[in-house]
Amino acid sequence: MEQQQQPMGEAEAEAFEKFKQCAVEVLQVDAKAVTPDANFADDLDADSLDLVELVMALEEQFDISVDESELEGVKTVRQAFELVTSKL
Amino acid sequence: MTGVTITGWGTALPPRVVTNADITTLFETTDEWIFERSGIRSRHNATGPFVSPPPPADPPDSGLGTTGTLAAEAGRQALERAGVSPDDIGLVIVCTTTPDQLIPANSASVAAALGIRSGAMDLNAACAGFTYGLVTASGLISAGAERVLLIGAETLSRATNWSDRTNAFLFGDGAGAVVLEAVPGEGSLLGWDLGVDGNLVPLLYAQHGSGMVMRGKEVFRRAVLATVESATKSLERAKVGVDDIALFVPHQANIRIIEAAASRLGLGKDRIATVIERTGNTSSASIPLALIDAIEKGRIHHGDHLLLAGFGAGMTWASAVWRWQDHPGR
Repeated sequence: MEQQQQPMGEAEAEAFEKFKQCAVEVLQVDAKAVTPDANFADDLDADSLDLVELVMALEEQFDISVDESELEGVKTVRQAFELVTSKL
Repeated sequence: MTGVTITGWGTALPPRVVTNADITTLFETTDEWIFERSGIRSRHNATGPFVSPPPPADPPDSGLGTTGTLAAEAGRQALERAGVSPDDIGLVIVCTTTPDQLIPANSASVAAALGIRSGAMDLNAACAGFTYGLVTASGLISAGAERVLLIGAETLSRATNWSDRTNAFLFGDGAGAVVLEAVPGEGSLLGWDLGVDGNLVPLLYAQHGSGMVMRGKEVFRRAVLATVESATKSLERAKVGVDDIALFVPHQANIRIIEAAASRLGLGKDRIATVIERTGNTSSASIPLALIDAIEKGRIHHGDHLLLAGFGAGMTWASAVWRWQDHPGR
């Protein structure tokens, strides 16, 4: 189900920059690769343990708590970012 | 003031090696998949009985097929290296979470095999066991014991469900032992931390007769956090900065956990002792196996500060800052 993507607001864009920084550090990928549509496994070469590490970094960066079960079905950067922002 | 130091050491691994290629005969997986997620290429496996058989079937009995025989062999080497006789040992502690039987303690047969009669007990703190043992033995030496033989020994392969593709490739068997001896002065143990959160039992456990059950991702996350937190406490208590740590000797559960914890602690890969590639996770045996490997490779020198840290089922965790002292008997 494809939804129309709204342009990001300023706060959201700022949060995405922080998100991107975490992804770049943990997954050791180029910042340009971390787009909302990027698929963790296919585009960012991230396996399940990479995702756990990314979530740990995001928990620290955003001062949130993410349960393991919430990660089920999270495949893209957009899904992960929305999970983070839903907790802010 | 009486301190403690290590004066002898020894290791034992069952000769039977199970490679990742062997694991691929059990279920759908690849060498690359296993190695990328764990850092493991091969592990040593004892002789059964197994919950379910690992490959290849029907290995010859090497004489190192049990927790007790592995522990005794590592202990025998440690006594020899320390240049002491069985009568010089005040207590044997066998750290294990996979004893050969329920009753009696595994340390009884180990003491008998080594000719030690002064005292023997098992210590089970899962994969944090050896560091728990190190702290316990140091306390006994402070209380007046002259020498303690401390052994970490496991046959995890016998508690592994070899059809569980999520964790069967992780575990291995082996033993490592050290002789701890009283020395005048501060000694080697500069700071330590022990911990447990028994609410986390469901994350990692094995029932009698069943294989290991593990919620891998959650264990991964908890392990990294517990290791870092505990190690930080030990460093503070020892008043030793992380820059002054010559070598990090972590529990060998998964190279990804080790590297994630080390990076959070500010320790580069050049300061990590690892044997996991060829041993897998050997629980209580993993820290002594990594420590002794580093000693034998000449990576540890007189006065070096070592950081030991482990975590395991329970969940338990433990860490210690240890100042290595060469011993005249070495």
